[in-house]
Amino acid sequence: MDLLSVARGPALHYALFIFLFGVLWRLVGVSLLAAKPDYSEPRRPASWKGLRMIVLRFWPRREFAARSAMTSALGYVFHAGLFIVFFFCLPHVLFLEDLFKPLFGGNLTRLTGLSWPYLSGGLIMMSAAVTVAALVALLVHRIASPVKRLISNFDDYFSWLVTTIPLLTGMLASAHLGAPYQTLLALHILSVDLLLVWFPFGKLMHSFTIFVVRGISGMSYERKGAAL
Amino acid sequence: MDPQGTVGEALRHQGVSRRSFLKFCAAMASMMGLPPDAAAAIAESLAKARRPSVIWLPFQECTGCTESLTRSNSPTVESMIFNMISLDYHETLFAAAGEAAEAAREKAIKENFGRYLLLVDGSIPTGLDGAYSCIGGVSNVQMLQEAAKGAAAIVAIGTCAAFGGLPKANPNPTGAVPVSALVTDRPVINVSGCPPIPVVITGVLAHYLTFGSVPELDALGRPKAFYGDTIHDRCYRRPFYDQGKFAKTFDDEGARSGWCLYELGCKGPVTYNACATVKWNDGTSFPIESGHGCLGCSEPDFWDKGDFYKALPTGTWSAGRTLAVAAAAGAAVGAAAAAVSRRRQAAIAKEK
Repeated sequence: MDLLSVARGPALHYALFIFLFGVLWRLVGVSLLAAKPDYSEPRRPASWKGLRMIVLRFWPRREFAARSAMTSALGYVFHAGLFIVFFFCLPHVLFLEDLFKPLFGGNLTRLTGLSWPYLSGGLIMMSAAVTVAALVALLVHRIASPVKRLISNFDDYFSWLVTTIPLLTGMLASAHLGAPYQTLLALHILSVDLLLVWFPFGKLMHSFTIFVVRGISGMSYERKGAAL
Repeated sequence: MDPQGTVGEALRHQGVSRRSFLKFCAAMASMMGLPPDAAAAIAESLAKARRPSVIWLPFQECTGCTESLTRSNSPTVESMIFNMISLDYHETLFAAAGEAAEAAREKAIKENFGRYLLLVDGSIPTGLDGAYSCIGGVSNVQMLQEAAKGAAAIVAIGTCAAFGGLPKANPNPTGAVPVSALVTDRPVINVSGCPPIPVVITGVLAHYLTFGSVPELDALGRPKAFYGDTIHDRCYRRPFYDQGKFAKTFDDEGARSGWCLYELGCKGPVTYNACATVKWNDGTSFPIESGHGCLGCSEPDFWDKGDFYKALPTGTWSAGRTLAVAAAAGAAVGAAAAAVSRRRQAAIAKEK
């Protein structure tokens, strides 16, 4: 079995297995934990209003806006770039349609009459390049800033690595640069396999938990009377 | 015609004009990626080259490779140059049969020991001590090993001989192996394809006759001159791939407009062969030009690389149930972990 067959076959299969197992483990495990009893008097009557924080945190607080402007902007750039590259690159669309076929019993177009749009290779390449540039800039900033360096751990760096490598290998595979296409495609898929395996166990899990956590924190702050 | 004469003599004897011969040499030089002036050198070397004895051993095969060669639009100069070798054993093309044919093979091996070219098509079954395929009571394994001892060079014709091909496909009931698995003490030139392109077969022979050496090979033992680029890189539909124009089915507007077949499972991007440049049937077309994606037939284990009609970036598993099990197991473990945590919290609260 050659490298590409391993990457597309068993490696991807087991990576998806671990990904699903891990994600469900963490989500169910965390959501069923007993909430800590809060014996204090609520400072405000309707703590559900704290759910506003889900939206409010999309923008940094005014006090920190100027200082964190660059970090926030780069964060948005690479998240948007990842979204575009992941959901609108043709090979990814084909992969996702095929992946969800067992769930929907047919391809998306046949099921809904809608087709999953994709962008041209050039636009995807540009998005990927901008995303990588933003990721590199954020890494440099993390290392250069004494405070951020101090609070960074292995998880931060490894999560950065497993996010960036698929972008780089994908760009090389699209451009047919540096090695035969099947080798680059195999390396790209293997790097995604690595990302999938790491995903549930590191900080990348925030993709699933961020809005829930924001909402719960917001409700807690509201109850305690803190400014959101 | 003197069987040991030169190629030039044989060509003149067959009435091949100097012009046709030079045209062939120029085409070969071009395909082998040599500079234009190499054509003259090839012509000179070829004309003087001694016609080598060639023994063609057919093993576990479908005769498609021989069919491909014989469909090389005879009488083109390619097929004539093939006639210019001394083909001393080829079961399918032989007039002789039975013991007479086997005697011819043994005689050719004995008389040309150390000098003959050994061409093999078909994989070699090793199961049951090679009993799955025997010729005249001799197993393919034995016959190959005996013939390989005196061969100046070995050419594995077709994907079966080069990589095991269809007979080696999972579950490989006969224990089929390629030539290179049994012959390890000398270079094996793999001319893969199911079948290989006729002009690629003759091109490899022409290279050997011209330079007296094995051509530059890739990591899979294939001549780089013919297997240096992917089908995708040389495909006339490549601009549509770059523009993002893809046929979604074999009969939609995209297919009729000749758009890229990538979404329909074309394996062109991972297949190295000369189909897109040399083409088939005297340059008429090749599978993609006829509207079907490339199956990747010149690559190892192409039968076992998943669905021919699934796009390359898709996975090759069929495991919706396994993934559902993963999700259910993860949820169960998460629930169990939460239960343990709750019990511990309750125990701590009780202690307080």
